[in-house]
Amino acid sequence: MSTQPKPGETLDLVQIQTKLERSPQKRVWRGLEELAGTPEYRDFVECEFPHDPRAEAKGVNRRDALKLMGASAALAGLTACTKLPTEKIVPYAQQQPEDFVPGHPLFYATAMPLGGYASGLLVESHMGRPTKVEGNPSHPASLGTANIFAQASVLNLYDPDRAQVVVYRGRIGDWSTFLTSMDQLTAEIMARKGEGFRILTGTVTSPCLADQLRSLLALYPQAKWHQYESAGRDMVREGAKLAFGEYVNAVYHFDRAEVIVALDADFLFVGPGAVRYAHDFSDKRRVTGPDSTMNRLYAVESTPTITGAMADHRLPLRAGEVEAFARALADGLGAKSAGNGIAAPAGVPAGWLAALVGDLNKHRGACLVIAGEHQPPIVHALAHAMNDALGNVGQTIHYTEPVEANPVNEMASLQELVADMQAGRVNTLLMLGVNPVYTAPADLRFGQHLRSVGTRIHLSQYEDETAELCHWHLPEAHFLETWGDVRAYDGTTSIIQPLIAPLYDGKSAHEILAVMARQPGATAHEIVKQYWQRQNPGADFDLFWETSLNDGVVANSTLAAKSVKLSAGLAGETAKPASQSAGTLEIVLRPDPSIGDGSFTNNGWLQELPKPFTKLTWDNAALVSPMTAQKLGVYNGNIVKLSAYGQSVEAPIWIAPGQADDSLTLHLGYGRSRAGHVGNGVGFNAYLLSTSENRWIGNAEVQKTGKTYNLVSTQHHHIMGKEGEEREEDTVAAMQRKLVRTATLEEFRKNPDFAREKDYEIYGPTLYENYSYTGNAWAMSIDLNSCIGCNACLIACQSENNIAVVGKDEVSRGREMHWIRVDAYFEGDLENPAVYNQPVPCMHCETAPCEYVCPVGATVHSPEGLNEMVYNRCVGTRYCSNNCPYKVRRFNFELFSDWTTQSLMLQRNPDVTVRSRGVMEKCSYCIQRINRVKIAAEEAGRVIQDGEIVTACQQTCPTQAIVFGNINDMNSRVTKLKKQSRNYGFLTDLSTRPRTTYLAKLRNPNPEIKE
Amino acid sequence: MAQIFHRSTNTISKVTIYGSIFIITGLGYLIFAVNQSAYYTDVNVARQQPVPFSHKHHVTDDGIDCRYCHTTVEKSYFAGIPTTHICMSCHSKLWLNASMLEPVRASYATDRSLEWTRVNALPDFVYFNHSIHVNKGIGCTTCHGPIGEMPLTYRANTLYMRWCISCHKHPERYVRRREDVFKADYVPPRDQLALGRQLVKEYKIKEPRIITDCYTCHR
Repeated sequence: MSTQPKPGETLDLVQIQTKLERSPQKRVWRGLEELAGTPEYRDFVECEFPHDPRAEAKGVNRRDALKLMGASAALAGLTACTKLPTEKIVPYAQQQPEDFVPGHPLFYATAMPLGGYASGLLVESHMGRPTKVEGNPSHPASLGTANIFAQASVLNLYDPDRAQVVVYRGRIGDWSTFLTSMDQLTAEIMARKGEGFRILTGTVTSPCLADQLRSLLALYPQAKWHQYESAGRDMVREGAKLAFGEYVNAVYHFDRAEVIVALDADFLFVGPGAVRYAHDFSDKRRVTGPDSTMNRLYAVESTPTITGAMADHRLPLRAGEVEAFARALADGLGAKSAGNGIAAPAGVPAGWLAALVGDLNKHRGACLVIAGEHQPPIVHALAHAMNDALGNVGQTIHYTEPVEANPVNEMASLQELVADMQAGRVNTLLMLGVNPVYTAPADLRFGQHLRSVGTRIHLSQYEDETAELCHWHLPEAHFLETWGDVRAYDGTTSIIQPLIAPLYDGKSAHEILAVMARQPGATAHEIVKQYWQRQNPGADFDLFWETSLNDGVVANSTLAAKSVKLSAGLAGETAKPASQSAGTLEIVLRPDPSIGDGSFTNNGWLQELPKPFTKLTWDNAALVSPMTAQKLGVYNGNIVKLSAYGQSVEAPIWIAPGQADDSLTLHLGYGRSRAGHVGNGVGFNAYLLSTSENRWIGNAEVQKTGKTYNLVSTQHHHIMGKEGEEREEDTVAAMQRKLVRTATLEEFRKNPDFAREKDYEIYGPTLYENYSYTGNAWAMSIDLNSCIGCNACLIACQSENNIAVVGKDEVSRGREMHWIRVDAYFEGDLENPAVYNQPVPCMHCETAPCEYVCPVGATVHSPEGLNEMVYNRCVGTRYCSNNCPYKVRRFNFELFSDWTTQSLMLQRNPDVTVRSRGVMEKCSYCIQRINRVKIAAEEAGRVIQDGEIVTACQQTCPTQAIVFGNINDMNSRVTKLKKQSRNYGFLTDLSTRPRTTYLAKLRNPNPEIKE
Repeated sequence: MAQIFHRSTNTISKVTIYGSIFIITGLGYLIFAVNQSAYYTDVNVARQQPVPFSHKHHVTDDGIDCRYCHTTVEKSYFAGIPTTHICMSCHSKLWLNASMLEPVRASYATDRSLEWTRVNALPDFVYFNHSIHVNKGIGCTTCHGPIGEMPLTYRANTLYMRWCISCHKHPERYVRRREDVFKADYVPPRDQLALGRQLVKEYKIKEPRIITDCYTCHR
């Protein structure tokens, strides 16, 4: 929604708070604008697409309208008169690849390095073009599912803004000149024994790359290798070192944990093991009936995160106070090393800590304390001490050797490099796949010192901020274009195999290192294969290699558990949380939940992805709590000036219910100048406020500027029902429709039927003829108890169904095209509301309101119960969308699909039509996947097995919250789920008979904590 | 004041008004005729190809089975256009010096594909599937016409939606035994309807209500 407050305008939060308290039941709400009943919000409730000022400006009068109608009627027919263009069919000339059947996609196992760690993938390839990414079922970090970054990585491959040529001193160069030049340079480096030669990489887990680096350092003994990952895991590593005296890697087993405490840890979304952890965590919450049990999650956090929203008890606490909380908790648990008699910070409600301690002690050996990636090392060390004291080691957590090839304190490593650059001790710097000019903390002034380096060579996928300052910029091959290897969170190694030859003659880090080692011409394939051959010199190497490529994992590469010993003293002065002098607030920097640390800034899918809970798109904002906003006198879109450590940025405010008071969260990855056409100039650069000392948590002075900025959030788009009504009785009626149905586990046990409404059944009475579905009857069940709101389904759908990106301006008019959206609802007060996520695809109503109103029969019902959208019949009246109570239909107001950029065409799924302007579209339950299986089953003369057809959203869902299947098959998973008492449909009082239904959300609060 | 219009105007206006019926009808017919014409549908228009390939020669004279070249017709939605390798499996022995085949030999020698012009094309929003039709007893010639008699390949049918639907509504009129699917000289029996009804049952061809569903072909 576009929020453009007049200067000085704010919402009366006190009034909102009173309204919430006065509400007869616990009120469920979508946002502050709804509670305040602002005109902008009403616009979105009353019309699907709010008033467009552009149409008014044009001033179409009656006469023009008639003219236009006449002309379009006359011309509409003509558009159908285009002759089919002549096409060419180009078969292979000599031999086509093995197993290749034109028209059938092939799947290859590979892995994506993200922040240095592996996500195991299966990539779909159509006629040699990788089009869609899925998780690899045999990879432990994936188990067949994938997150938004993996899903969106295929768009990066085809990004037309990628670096396409070798650049030398700002001019187009070529590889042969580079090789000649390097031949000379390496000879000089050799003569100097490597003095002044430095290599900067991200976190390296790749065994082969590490091996190359080691031999390079042996060749040039005085050269140095530095590592710096912008959203790196320094804190995690240093925390483990603090606790155990050495670098170790912790692997968690959420499948064995009954009670979990997250200390500012977003473990369901952030970190190398997040996808697996989300899977294991939700498995422990899967409810089949009143006998089922659930784990319990406590989250202490500074900003609303996906993990916090899943918590049974959530406590907003400033990031700087988490350490004090951790010490108090450790003390309560008797973790001796932590110190004694420590009080919890002021924000913790009475009894909370004691109840938490009690719960943990009750589940010794079956609980888990986990610290956030951005919390200081001491919090991690305390968490390790607590797990040790609770007897969790070996049960819910085990330790291994580090996954990183050479774990270092990366910040120290970068600082050392900068100091040496400053002192003139660096004359050649090779940067592989990093962008430190943008991502290094501001106080290091990396860009400035970089200029003093004699020869600067930069390999990366984009000609980014760092490339601009380098002599040589080399285009880097995407992971789908080259060979490599990478390790996952538990050490499991995968070989990265390419699916396509480099589109722009890019090279991998392996190849550049080979050049530097004076072995030019070695291909990544040779380097990686030879490395693994050296590790497996036996005669069965070919078998090993083929098996590893086929499975996507190297057998027996998972790191073995290692016993560790806790060091004695963690006691000490608790770091004082940031002093709250007037005008100074805590700032917390985080990688953005959509675009990460900036490596996905130029990815349109991720830019347009509504971020969890704020639903902001195409921007980052300074997130503040409602009370802090009130105190500062600011409202959504007001620009504030944040000054810290001699730097300042201007950032728009966004009020985030559930944010800790007096703490601002700023997301990284925005404000880039050389990201590409999509990402340039979007948002503000929060890296400017990070320093090497205060990398994640700091302090900033906040000043109002009086300026405003148009932030676009989709939170109030596609509203179902009338939650915004002012009159009290209407509000109650709206609440009675209960889109959000929740209970505690205890309430559920007492009343398993709580989610079933008395008045309306899903198969309520209808005036229409009862259609009998004799064959398959497709349906979907979405378990709200499992859904964590990670958005993976949304990107998977976008990638599978060729869904267009529309841009910020169009999103502000409610025209985003996502076929599945994740609605967020809040319940309770503004300070710490409960948050509910609801993925909403098309409901495929059996008596679909959209179908009756289409004048041209472009949306019709299938004998299998699908609500079909036929693009070639659609004339764009939008009646269907108007009549859809669920607001799941999307209209191509403009030519949103890119029909001109060649490289983007390669990404498209050939089994799905690319829509043009003036056409309605919506979720089809992945009809292309249904038809593929149906045809295969028909040909083989067999019935379709349950689970054979998997929709794109279902396949990628890390928690398996979405299940699709045939409800005429009594034994199918979806039928069984729909038989559960928690099953309910949306707006069933309309007798739409939705085929997509939901399983109500449960929470498992600790009865000792009263909220 | 003098008359503005001459008397003849009466006649002209009468002719125009009554004639408009014929003019509009004529215009309608013209549009229909263009729509059905070979100019628009490409029916019976032989397309220029890199090699003047004759189905007549290969199918009727040599008796080569369709699947020898169109290898994936039973497996995939795409019947498959033969790789040059398949051409060369015979032409490395036969007609070695024919100048007509020079592009084929060049393609094989250089590993550069032959670029064939598509003869039977559908719009991008239509998803036709060869394998299911072949498996359900729809013969090649039902859609592709007398392919065994085509010296140069042309489109035999309009491939318009109503043409597709005419079969999807009455598959019994066209279906043949699976063993006859690839017979280019197949002539339907006199009792096609009786055979068709039996085969529809035997091959479990779905009822028209199901196979005329939009999502069968459009997505």
